[in-house]
Amino acid sequence: MFQRQKIEQSFYNIMAFGILILFALPAIWVIFTAFRPANEVNVTPPIWIPQKITLDAFASLFGFNPDIAAGVPVGSYMWNSIRVSLLSTIISVGLGTMAGYAFSRFRFRGHTLVFLLIMLSRAVPGVALGLPLFLLMRQYGLVDTVHGLALVYIAINIPFTAWLMDGFFRQIPKELDEAAYIDGCNHWSAFWRIDLPLALPGMAAASIFAFLASWNEYQLASLLTKTPVAKTFPVGLFDFTSQFTVDWRGMAAMSVLMMLPAIAFVILTQRRLTEGLTFGAIKG
Amino acid sequence: MTTTSAKQGEKANQAGVVSAPRHSSSRTTWFPFILIAPSLIVIALVVIYPVLYSIYVSFTPFHLLRPEQTFVFTTEKMWNNYIKLWNDDVFWKSLRNTVIFLAVTVNVSYLVALALSQLLARVSRGQSVMRTLLMVPMMFAPVLVGFQFAWFFNATVGLVNNALFSLGLMQEPKAWLVDQPTGMIAIMLATIWMNIPMLTIILLAGTLSLPQETFEAARVDGASAWQRFKHITMPLIKPFTLIALTVLSLDIARAYDVVRIMTGGGPAHRTEMIWTYTGRLAIRNSQFGLASAMSMVAVVLGVFFTLYLFRQLIKSRVVY
Repeated sequence: MFQRQKIEQSFYNIMAFGILILFALPAIWVIFTAFRPANEVNVTPPIWIPQKITLDAFASLFGFNPDIAAGVPVGSYMWNSIRVSLLSTIISVGLGTMAGYAFSRFRFRGHTLVFLLIMLSRAVPGVALGLPLFLLMRQYGLVDTVHGLALVYIAINIPFTAWLMDGFFRQIPKELDEAAYIDGCNHWSAFWRIDLPLALPGMAAASIFAFLASWNEYQLASLLTKTPVAKTFPVGLFDFTSQFTVDWRGMAAMSVLMMLPAIAFVILTQRRLTEGLTFGAIKG
Repeated sequence: MTTTSAKQGEKANQAGVVSAPRHSSSRTTWFPFILIAPSLIVIALVVIYPVLYSIYVSFTPFHLLRPEQTFVFTTEKMWNNYIKLWNDDVFWKSLRNTVIFLAVTVNVSYLVALALSQLLARVSRGQSVMRTLLMVPMMFAPVLVGFQFAWFFNATVGLVNNALFSLGLMQEPKAWLVDQPTGMIAIMLATIWMNIPMLTIILLAGTLSLPQETFEAARVDGASAWQRFKHITMPLIKPFTLIALTVLSLDIARAYDVVRIMTGGGPAHRTEMIWTYTGRLAIRNSQFGLASAMSMVAVVLGVFFTLYLFRQLIKSRVVY
């Protein structure tokens, strides 16, 4: 009996590991490609394990390799992406946390209605939003600016942040607030001194989601930015495709650069991520 | 008139501040509204106003390159764009493709994630390595997922053709993304790959949080593994299922990025979806009026999908 269970257990372990390796394979292939020498890319039969590791692809991305004219202003795309993502994350998490607190702690007229309205605003597809935004922002000179794009991302990140923070604040016992009120706190000071410090881990999780959502967003950025002044990373990726040829290795290298913040966050939050998302699921 | 209402407002405000702390959640105060207002203002400016504007534009023959047509709104011509869409075969094709795409990717992503989460819940070794492997697709932006799968399925340099050749399983190179239904299947595959990690993580968290005693009791009572899964695991992880599906529904339009890069909706509208067709009408043809009418269809689809899931979510929150 015990023996059988042991065999069953190792069967599960091996199967899970095998499936996950297969699952991650496409990603591993892209990462390998970014570090390959050019003559190993797209050959038949495929070379599975890189024979030599080089940083050539990255060097030419940033124009350090005079032999291959890069022509893609990767540096400014990166800088634009960083500015847009940071700006929109800070503001949207701030506003979304306030809204989430209101939803979790107060019953008021139209509570569900306002909550639904905010959530549904996230359900508007990017294309449907991008067209009128383009027309309206053109009138105010906001097209092709970092600030204009950041403003749009703030609105897009608020609903998910508010939803996450609503869940987090529900986890904090209400008795703490009541004790604070007895001690003479008003609503603001109870929020600021009692609940907000306790919700900091939640805000960290929300920040990560907001940052990655902005960092990875393509649809609206492609409509609202046109030049290296404001173009972000995902839009810049298209510079590697011309009508007839595609620089696959260059794209792979750019993919790896674009993945860096996500990799950092995944490593940092590997365990915490789940808790963040599922808070509020069990307690109503 | 105005002064009395202002006074009443002041009174209500005072009453709220004074008495609310004792019954923090039962009395009306201005505090929650002050907290929500900034978010609402931003959303009104960036989402609600543009959508209303878009509704207006959808009733005009707005054409970006023909300024004389810009704001010609006439009641007899207001339904022109919608009539044009109704008679447009490509529109119906894109709508059908979108519905099939959503139905297949949501269901398959969910089923695979459910199976994977049940398997991972039984794993005893290497949990953290496996979790990292599972999260690998999360590091990829949708554009990167699209790029990567477009490359794999490329007819001349693609890894799939290349590998099949080398293994001797194929003589003629296949243009996966050009042919049907392989083009659609490739796009679905990419989207499912992208969706699975988040779903699996949430369902795994749900499964691991279940009380073990219930399973022991069921085991003692002679319930089979399948019965335990069906009658204990499934009902108990329902809130997690709904969270997972809600997160998925919020992200579903990300599929646009994947389609845009893999096929752009083509060739010959074979993989056209509502989102790509709207973009094509607006960007290539500058027909903003028609494109706005089309995007309204996309909005209605998205809103209904999310509304349905949220109703379920709110219901389950009350129960658990």
